[in-house]
Amino acid sequence: MREVAVIGIGQTPIREEWEKSLRLLAGEAVLASLADAGMQRADGIFVGNMIGGSANNQQHLGAYIADWVGLRYSEAVHLETACSSGAAAFRAALIAVASGELDSAIAVGVEKMTDSPGSEITTALATAADANWETDQGLSFVVLNALLMKRYMHEHGWTHEDFAPFSINAHANGVHNPNARFRKAITLEAYTKAALIADPINLMDASPMGDGAAAALLVPADSVPHDARYPVIRVAASAAATDALAVHDRKDPLWLTAAEKSAQQAYQQATLTPKDIDLFELHDAFSIMATLSLEATGFAERGQGPRLALDGEIRPSGRIPIATRGGLKARGHPIGATGMYQIVEVIQQLRGDCGQTQVENARVGMAQNIGGSGSNIITHIFKAG
Amino acid sequence: MENPRHWRLKKQRYGLVGEECPHCHEKLFPPRDVCPHCGGEAKEEFTFSGQGEVYSFTTMYSAPAGYEEYAPYTVALVKLEEGPVLTAQLTDLGDDEEVEIGMPVEMVTRRLRSDGDDSGILIYGYKFRPVMK
Ligand SMILES: [Zn+2]
Repeated sequence: MREVAVIGIGQTPIREEWEKSLRLLAGEAVLASLADAGMQRADGIFVGNMIGGSANNQQHLGAYIADWVGLRYSEAVHLETACSSGAAAFRAALIAVASGELDSAIAVGVEKMTDSPGSEITTALATAADANWETDQGLSFVVLNALLMKRYMHEHGWTHEDFAPFSINAHANGVHNPNARFRKAITLEAYTKAALIADPINLMDASPMGDGAAAALLVPADSVPHDARYPVIRVAASAAATDALAVHDRKDPLWLTAAEKSAQQAYQQATLTPKDIDLFELHDAFSIMATLSLEATGFAERGQGPRLALDGEIRPSGRIPIATRGGLKARGHPIGATGMYQIVEVIQQLRGDCGQTQVENARVGMAQNIGGSGSNIITHIFKAG
Repeated sequence: MENPRHWRLKKQRYGLVGEECPHCHEKLFPPRDVCPHCGGEAKEEFTFSGQGEVYSFTTMYSAPAGYEEYAPYTVALVKLEEGPVLTAQLTDLGDDEEVEIGMPVEMVTRRLRSDGDDSGILIYGYKFRPVMK
């Protein structure tokens, strides 16, 4: 396998894009990534998307997007792993280039959620859970997370307020990201007084939906021109792991085994440990998911995720900065696009392009994208220089 | 449209019929072809007692389509006494009945879902109620 570098990135602001279609959004991100790299085309395109079939009545997104961005006749594939579809697309593009099959590839994540009413979107998202044994019982996705958070608080003795720093940090960072869904800081009071969705989860624990697309252009590292504006950003590791689809079937519902396995494999590939990671774009779809990710990836002991947040270690100046561009909570969570936003943001950090939320001397960044409630988790590590 | 899917699940939904792995003797619900504990082939039927306890719970205020008439309702992860955990609604909760983690519950059969539209899919299945003291 050959070493791969990311030489172009693109993203659209996450919001309600009434004027723009699925392919227009994807196209904007793809063309921006090509322009960023000073390239006209790529050998292949890998599209991450979860609910296009029901929300937009459009599947077959490989050819659909390829044709739109001027890559008609190129290889193109659509990948779906629920909320980690974005990272799945990146990993497919990476493997294609690393193996030597393609000399350049674009990964794009896209989700267009406002073409259907909210209730239909909720139903579409719930298809990531087990239809027979979870969804038929009258469950939505937020409820699965509420069940986890309630049990977590019971086992480890944390109060709801102890999770506030996750939301506060995400919103504080989102203020400085022009592409973020929400660009307004929140107070502790705003967190504790937010409307309850499913006890103990309130509105400030949950990430907002939105329309958006993000893309990256991958090429062999040894083909990157030396006069580039930025240090070469190499893909140091890529690993994916699965777990039982249903929360109730996991060996321990409060431990993200797939996050642990994919992170451990990634550390091994890059010969790194959690101590070497300068920033971590994790999957804070709900505050409980941020907590469980930090624990499973080795940044906190079991049951101690909230401690890391309460001590301020997750801020841009802390030991392990997370959600540095707002995270899912404030940047937004356009489902199948989210994993690509995370990767694009890690690359912005390694380029030193993050202004007020720039992590000082960021050389190594990690992104972890969680599909379902923990059943398909993909970890990437990037290295500058 | 979806009726065969629900019809296939009758034994599990009405009778909590699962399996016992002949190799490692773990109890499995719902039944599978491969035991997730030991990787062996799982085939022997095992009927669960329907007794268990609340592992976690929460309340659904805004119900998905087809479940509106029941809202708000309590959803739980129920740990069966034989080991497996399943997801189910709690039912027959008294007006001031406080649900707690660890609370003993037992399986009953209830209507899970009714569609308002022409397809009119009704799903019956298990819910759990507090064990009568
Ligand atoms: Zn077994």
